[in-house]
Amino acid sequence: MALRTPLNEAHRKLGARMVDFVGWDMPVQYSSVIAEHEAVRQAVGLFDVSHMGEIEFSGPGALEAANPLISNDLVRCKDGQALYAGLLTEQGTFVDDVVAYRFSPEHILICVNSSNRAKDFAWMSERAQGVKPVDRSDEFAQLAVQGPKAEALVQRLTKTEVSKARLDTYRFTTGEVAGVQCILSRTGYTGEDGFELYCPPDRAEALWNALLTEGKADGVKPCGLGARDSLRTEMKYALYGNDIDEAHTALEAGLGWIVKWDKAGGFIGKQALEKQKAEGVQRKLVGFELTGSGIPRHGYPILKDGQRVGEVTSGTMGPSVKKPIGMGYVPAALASEGSTFDVEIRGRAVAAQVVKTPFRKKP
Amino acid sequence: MAENIPADLKYTQEHEWTRSKGKVIVVGVTHHAQEALGDVVYVELPKLGASLTAGKQFGVIESTKAVSELFSPLSGTVVQVNDALTGNPSIVNTDPYGEGWILEVEPSDPKQLDGLLSPQAYSDLLK
Repeated sequence: MALRTPLNEAHRKLGARMVDFVGWDMPVQYSSVIAEHEAVRQAVGLFDVSHMGEIEFSGPGALEAANPLISNDLVRCKDGQALYAGLLTEQGTFVDDVVAYRFSPEHILICVNSSNRAKDFAWMSERAQGVKPVDRSDEFAQLAVQGPKAEALVQRLTKTEVSKARLDTYRFTTGEVAGVQCILSRTGYTGEDGFELYCPPDRAEALWNALLTEGKADGVKPCGLGARDSLRTEMKYALYGNDIDEAHTALEAGLGWIVKWDKAGGFIGKQALEKQKAEGVQRKLVGFELTGSGIPRHGYPILKDGQRVGEVTSGTMGPSVKKPIGMGYVPAALASEGSTFDVEIRGRAVAAQVVKTPFRKKP
Repeated sequence: MAENIPADLKYTQEHEWTRSKGKVIVVGVTHHAQEALGDVVYVELPKLGASLTAGKQFGVIESTKAVSELFSPLSGTVVQVNDALTGNPSIVNTDPYGEGWILEVEPSDPKQLDGLLSPQAYSDLLK
């Protein structure tokens, strides 16, 4: 039996095409992936991301318990600020990538990938000193409101001030949206301005409907996993299980910026990453465009002079960049901008070139 | 059955359609196929003069999420391909039975057409 978010019925009423996504019955698209993608780039799109997990550290010592588990630094973070971070293995590879919310030193909430929820919770429970984590996933639904018109739409439904001056990127607050008590977080996975709204599951449909009704004039569209994937790929945002996993380190993934080397007390995986940094990273996750014809897909081999040297981790026809784009791990010597290699597509070697990322440049 | 399964075409189990046009047969994918695929973003076409074998793969159609094989309804020679699909594959979505045609084949044995599905049989297949 597939897992269902509180919005499952709402998706079906909207005629969504539902698919199995890591055990969840989720909408992949409502109308068209490209139309939904464009709605987010040009107006506003609404995503159900209630399948994500939320793990909480609460009480005296919460910060001290949570901080050593992540690569980024919650101590240097302010209350009301969120951080993108890695949960790393001793080898410096990814258990998961997460967003950690610092409400106060006594209240930390960590949003994890749905596919990793049980693994992360066990992993954190085993390693946390003092305060033990609690899995709060079932107490939150989560909607993402993304796009240039997201701020205006959310603002019309809340008394909480959500302008960038008051609620900048990666800041969050609490308040009512359409009468529903929410955590309002200026975060997202599309490359556009927008919010992630955490609310009680039994109020999720009311919030969803209010956003769709109020957003009509803005051209709001409900958006599925298809658009979520093409939007994040154009930004070169990593997807766990595709671009990052327990086999690739944070440095190989180009996520050194979420590693705080000098944080007090260190973090799990630090030694391995320091060694790798000193010795040099042998392979790197790059973004490339196909210069020949075809579309790169997850798992396709990357070839240099006919030899397999890597693998495509994500790929798509970018609806906004209007080019076949992808990511993949290649030897460091092939990782610089302008480097060329081939992607093997159904037995055919198709030329590709490493390009500057994100693929999508802000207009 | 409606306009989504035109009465003057013949169909395959794999959701291709065929239309007789003099000596050649025009081939495309059905409304149902394009709807199931979602936004078509790439069509890999055979070369002019390529020989096709009935029931064998002749190309690939890709949507934003899926890669699907195209199967030839007939054996024969490719005499025309729809180059417009290279620049704008989405016409398969907007006009699957018209501007979104895929190729024209000159059949080696026109009798093979008799083995294809009637509109009614294709309609039944979708039920």
